Amino acid sequence: MSTAPIPAPVIPEVRGAGEVRTGGWFTRLTISAIVLLWLIPTIGVLITSFRPEAVVADTGWWTVFAHPFRAAEWTLENYRGALDAGGFGNAFMNSLAVALPATVIPITIAAFAAYAFSWMEFRGRYVLFVLVVGLMVVPLQMALIPILRLYTGGASIGTLQVFPDLDLNGTFLGVWLAHAGFGLPLATYLLRNYIGSLPSSIIESAKMDGADHFTIFLRLVVPLSVPALAAFTIFQFLWVWNDLLVALVFLGGTRETRVLTLALAELVGGRGESWHLLTAAAFISMALPLLVFFALQKYFVRGLTAGSVKG
Amino acid sequence: MSSTAEEVRPAGVGGSPPPEAPALWLYLLRVVGALAIPIVAFFLLWGTFDFLRDADANRFLVVGVAILVGVGGVFFLFWAMNRVVDLLPERYGERVRPYVFVGPCLVVLSVFLVYPVINTILVSFRDARSEALVGLDNYRFVFTDEDMLRAIRNTAGWIILVPLVAVSIGLAFATLADRLRHGEAVAKSLIFLPMAISFVGAAVVWRLIYSFRPEGFGSNIGLLNGIMLGLGNEPVPWLQKEPWNNLMLMVIMVWMQTGFAMVVLSAAIKSIPDEIIEAARIDGASELQVFRRIIVPSILPTIVVVTTYMVINAMKVFDIVYVIGSPEASGTVVIAERMIDWFFISGHDGRGAAIAVVLFLAVIPVMFWNVRRFREQEAIR
Repeated sequence: MSTAPIPAPVIPEVRGAGEVRTGGWFTRLTISAIVLLWLIPTIGVLITSFRPEAVVADTGWWTVFAHPFRAAEWTLENYRGALDAGGFGNAFMNSLAVALPATVIPITIAAFAAYAFSWMEFRGRYVLFVLVVGLMVVPLQMALIPILRLYTGGASIGTLQVFPDLDLNGTFLGVWLAHAGFGLPLATYLLRNYIGSLPSSIIESAKMDGADHFTIFLRLVVPLSVPALAAFTIFQFLWVWNDLLVALVFLGGTRETRVLTLALAELVGGRGESWHLLTAAAFISMALPLLVFFALQKYFVRGLTAGSVKG
Repeated sequence: MSSTAEEVRPAGVGGSPPPEAPALWLYLLRVVGALAIPIVAFFLLWGTFDFLRDADANRFLVVGVAILVGVGGVFFLFWAMNRVVDLLPERYGERVRPYVFVGPCLVVLSVFLVYPVINTILVSFRDARSEALVGLDNYRFVFTDEDMLRAIRNTAGWIILVPLVAVSIGLAFATLADRLRHGEAVAKSLIFLPMAISFVGAAVVWRLIYSFRPEGFGSNIGLLNGIMLGLGNEPVPWLQKEPWNNLMLMVIMVWMQTGFAMVVLSAAIKSIPDEIIEAARIDGASELQVFRRIIVPSILPTIVVVTTYMVINAMKVFDIVYVIGSPEASGTVVIAERMIDWFFISGHDGRGAAIAVVLFLAVIPVMFWNVRRFREQEAIR
């Protein structure tokens, strides 16, 4: 570069304009380093889960790299042990029955609310929105006991029954609603941020054409918000699928009703120092979330943020 | 004004026929129909709930019906309510409709979050078994107890460090990954991967990293101590040395949440029009200048959202501290963990509630920051 007879500044400028968006070795090196750093913990668990019990207890997982092809270093026995200890079929179905509606219900409710907060005029708009955002900070552990009391006995002021005794405890509906309640503040907040950033010209022109709010929402806002909706769907699904506490409290821990995380937590609790079983169990619990994530990750790349429509 | 215009019009001139009033019976039928739809729907849903409660039914069928009802029911509810509002005279209808849209959100939030919050505020002025009133005693406890003060200090550390590190790494990674020719999606997915792991899983992952065995209790299988031994040092009890053990726990949260920050910020960076960045480069701006003067200001709203989310999560941090360390013994207590401890373990509802109230109050500045930003957003769109 420096030996060129032409003035030095010109060269980088021309090159910069030509391939502006590709990085050099610095970019690739930094990215690789961060990715490696992020992967190491998981790799450790993955390798440990495939090593025999005796070896796991005695040597660090990184020692496999010394002789990776020795058969005595590897086994599938841990996975069989973890699966045998669990009753995973039923738990898997329960997790599914909890997770799908508990994902769709809050997102539908939040999308309608986010639309209203963004594009409808009504009294108390800001106050109500601040309230919704503020509720993000309520630790859900704190809400469990009051809600449990509501579910099993309703609520009354004096003799007046203000909340009916619905006997929701132990039902799927009870868990769905609880998850909806805990997921709504973040869902409303993120979707409001996205829906509120759609260009007002689109909404206004639809109104000019005589579309009512329900139509605008369904035909215009929802299709335009697909990236955000899809991204939040994955997000809420992961959260519900990985939840332990809510399902334990409202659905119960019997073999018939327990969800997958609970089945695994019991395994972990029962065998605290059995690293070979724990690591295998941990990987079983990660399987579906990882599958869902990798299948839908392209939505995540685009979604979850403001600025959907360029310009 | 408008009402007089309407009154004049039917008698008006111009040859257009007077608008035909719909027959009364037709109107009544629509009203009855619109009211009947939600009621019938309600009883239908109720019937399926009884079915779902029936444990003897085929498990697959129960799960199938549950998914169908849960997914379909909520949308049907909105549709039915909107139909009811359509029947109101237009003037009232448009005033009521926003509440149909936000109503379900507010109702669910009232029951599942607002009611517990009010309940907590009331309990915070009462004694251990929430019977006698004790005035501000519980609040005095919050700001004088040794462990509580440590918890407040530690939580302050979490609130500052975790969002700062996670958002910085996320932003740097998103910016750099945007320039990769190949493998951008793969790299991002791998950073995001910890988000998909349940807490049970993450606890296993990190206990294996920090694992420590003192001499005579077997060889160290934890990665960090493996490195220490390899470098010829003594193994370190990572989770017991105060205050560094707090940092060790924060690393776990950064590991789990950077992916979220990175994905959201990356999407925002991609929505910056290419022409702006190219124009700046042609004008001779260095890459650092492009980043500081164009990329960061353009995605500032998103940075605010992500940071808010991280701050709130850091305030609520509980599981990591609770499951991985032994908080009280090793000095890693945080506010939310103290709250759970007083509620469920030490059995003093009043103190637990007072801690929770302090936690809400702490978030108020963050909320105001957000509202101001939303007003700005509405002013420019």
